[in-house]
Amino acid sequence: MGRYWQEFFLRNGTALALYLLISVACWMLLMIILPQIFMLDFSFRTNVPPPLWGTEAHGYTLEHYQYMVYGSAQSTDSYNFVDLSVFGRTILTAIFVTLIDVALCYPVAYYLAHVASGGWARLMVMALIVPFWVNELLRAFAFKIMFGSTGIINNFLVAIGILDQPFDFIRNGVALYSGLSYAYILLMIFPIYNAVESLDKNQIEAARDLGCPWWRIHWRVVIPHAKPGITSGCTMVFMLTAGALAAPQILGGPSSLWFTQIIYQAFNQAGNWARGSAYAIILLSTSIIFVLCMMKIFKVKLGEIAR
Amino acid sequence: MSADVQLDQVWIRFGDFVAARDVNIHIQEGEFFSFLGPSGCGKTTLLRAVSGFSEPSEGRVLIGGRDMAGIGPNKRPTALIFQNLALFPLMTVWENIAFSLEVKGVGTKERRKKAEELLELIALPGQGEKMVSELSGGQKQRVAIARALAAEPDVLLLDEPLSALDLKLRQHMRTELRAIQQRVGITFIYITHDQGEALTMSDHVAVMSQGIIQQVGDGNTIYDQPETAFVASFVGENNLFKGKVSEISGDYALVDTSAGNIRARTSKGEERLSAGDEAYVFIRPESLKIANASKFDNRIGANIKQQEFEGSFWQVFFDVEGSDRDVKLSTVNDGSTLIHKVGDRVDLGFSADMAIATPAGELAAE
Ligand SMILES: Nc1ncnc2c1ncn2[C@@H]1O[C@H](COP(=O)(O)OP(=O)(O)OP(=O)(O)O)[C@@H](O)[C@H]1O
Ligand SMILES: [Mg+2]
Repeated sequence: MGRYWQEFFLRNGTALALYLLISVACWMLLMIILPQIFMLDFSFRTNVPPPLWGTEAHGYTLEHYQYMVYGSAQSTDSYNFVDLSVFGRTILTAIFVTLIDVALCYPVAYYLAHVASGGWARLMVMALIVPFWVNELLRAFAFKIMFGSTGIINNFLVAIGILDQPFDFIRNGVALYSGLSYAYILLMIFPIYNAVESLDKNQIEAARDLGCPWWRIHWRVVIPHAKPGITSGCTMVFMLTAGALAAPQILGGPSSLWFTQIIYQAFNQAGNWARGSAYAIILLSTSIIFVLCMMKIFKVKLGEIAR
Repeated sequence: MSADVQLDQVWIRFGDFVAARDVNIHIQEGEFFSFLGPSGCGKTTLLRAVSGFSEPSEGRVLIGGRDMAGIGPNKRPTALIFQNLALFPLMTVWENIAFSLEVKGVGTKERRKKAEELLELIALPGQGEKMVSELSGGQKQRVAIARALAAEPDVLLLDEPLSALDLKLRQHMRTELRAIQQRVGITFIYITHDQGEALTMSDHVAVMSQGIIQQVGDGNTIYDQPETAFVASFVGENNLFKGKVSEISGDYALVDTSAGNIRARTSKGEERLSAGDEAYVFIRPESLKIANASKFDNRIGANIKQQEFEGSFWQVFFDVEGSDRDVKLSTVNDGSTLIHKVGDRVDLGFSADMAIATPAGELAAE
């Protein structure tokens, strides 16, 4: 370790080395560690207005976490069914969206990496990337318009006679699932693409030569090789989907709340920063635990994901 | 089981580029057949047409008499060993070997048994649990062979499988490959740009250049009776004299070269020499003698330029008037020291039977 630092300083010169170290440390501290520590701290304190922060009244408590599970003391229900069910649905939907993205992206990534030739592949990559130059909110609104009762999809389906009257894609969550699936699709495609692309074509051919049907080649050769990329994509898409706000806000039906919306309400409407923090911590830690469990099950190491 | 392989007027094109030009070859059942040629001459391309990864643009590939058109690589009775082996790094050695059985739905127990048998065959018993990355180069090589053999192919195709190994191992693996081929008795089609490999292992060799089959024959024939200038210059070492045929008599030609008139056997290729043609005369270094009093059909005046001692033999290089290349002679070191010195003027002699005259044509790159 000592030698590593020595080399680091020698290679970059003292000034540059110090600059790099300090900037990375500041970045970590200010952007990542401190905010989370404040959040964590807040989530364990009573909810008092800002002037009372730091006083006796701003003491430690578990009430916000208990609230998430049991609801308010006045409530007749023994559990906080509303928040718990929103939470459960958010996690389940995020899993569902992640699975959809894997199913969509794996074939595309494989095609790009091993089937499409140079110019055509570049064109496809452009077609994937360019829409993401448009702001996330605008994209969500575009989906809303598209899936609306007089949107292009309904018009088309009615025109060709599959539907006799417009289908309410928004109330049924179809718009939301589509919007969420699309929102982070690049974060799924590129890790899988990188992983699949590094597979030696000869291995695919060798498997074929040994009598392997195409689906089995994927199952035994390509997917095992791409597993770190798939996991990496799944991790990012799952985390970001579970924590998404714009798409649920715009595309969610009137009856379907996303857990981030509850957090948002706690912070901005109820003025209850402590509860908002507690809920955010719950969402974050659940997501992390879930991802770690999945990595354990699929036998992927953290180091492989970062490749 | 074993099968013969027939390439019938096979052409392979990539756009305008012709990678194989009118290839006609019949590979006998159970033989060790090599394609020999410089890099980029189309060897892999031909092999891929046999294994089914590409279809010939024209012509037919027949295996065991059956036309293979439209039959994919997973359905052909061939197994290919890739230039880079292409073992599956995420599987253990035995899973690699038994992969073709897994594909066929054979149960685990039987797969293990078969894998162990093959590990025995390739002299790696009990190493099935290792990962591929834990093997040495030569061991990987053998695992690749076992994996291909497990599929019980009628024809085994090998694409320069030894090129990644160091010299010693390569020579060892040659013997081993030949032994394995004789044990399993199936047809081996072997690709190489190493003539030593081709000549030592094969029953028959096809020499290729730029998509054209130059000559097919056993090792001796290829070496002693090259049919084209390319084969003569590619296989083994040869001294070259360029000239013009002044006379043909029977199987011999008299060629007027810059070093004088040379009598030589004519090559037996499709293209025959006749008087007035441009011709190349080739003489092996070991066929050249320093002519003292003895009689030779041919004599060439030369100056000794350099003498190299190589242990079991000497290499002597000469300047010959009118030739821009050095002429090389090699002679067995029989204990008697060379009596000539650098700078000496001598006559080089050789019999007409040891020289071969081919039509002028493409030469192998030095
Ligand atoms: N898919 C392809 N498209 C276009 N040209 C190709 C293709 N495959 C091979 N070629 C060309 O065909 C020629 C023969 O290639 P091939 O791979 O058969 O050579 P090779 O004899 O196996 O050489 P090496 O000993 O280097 O492996 C080369 O000039 C190569 O550029
Ligand atoms: Mg090749």
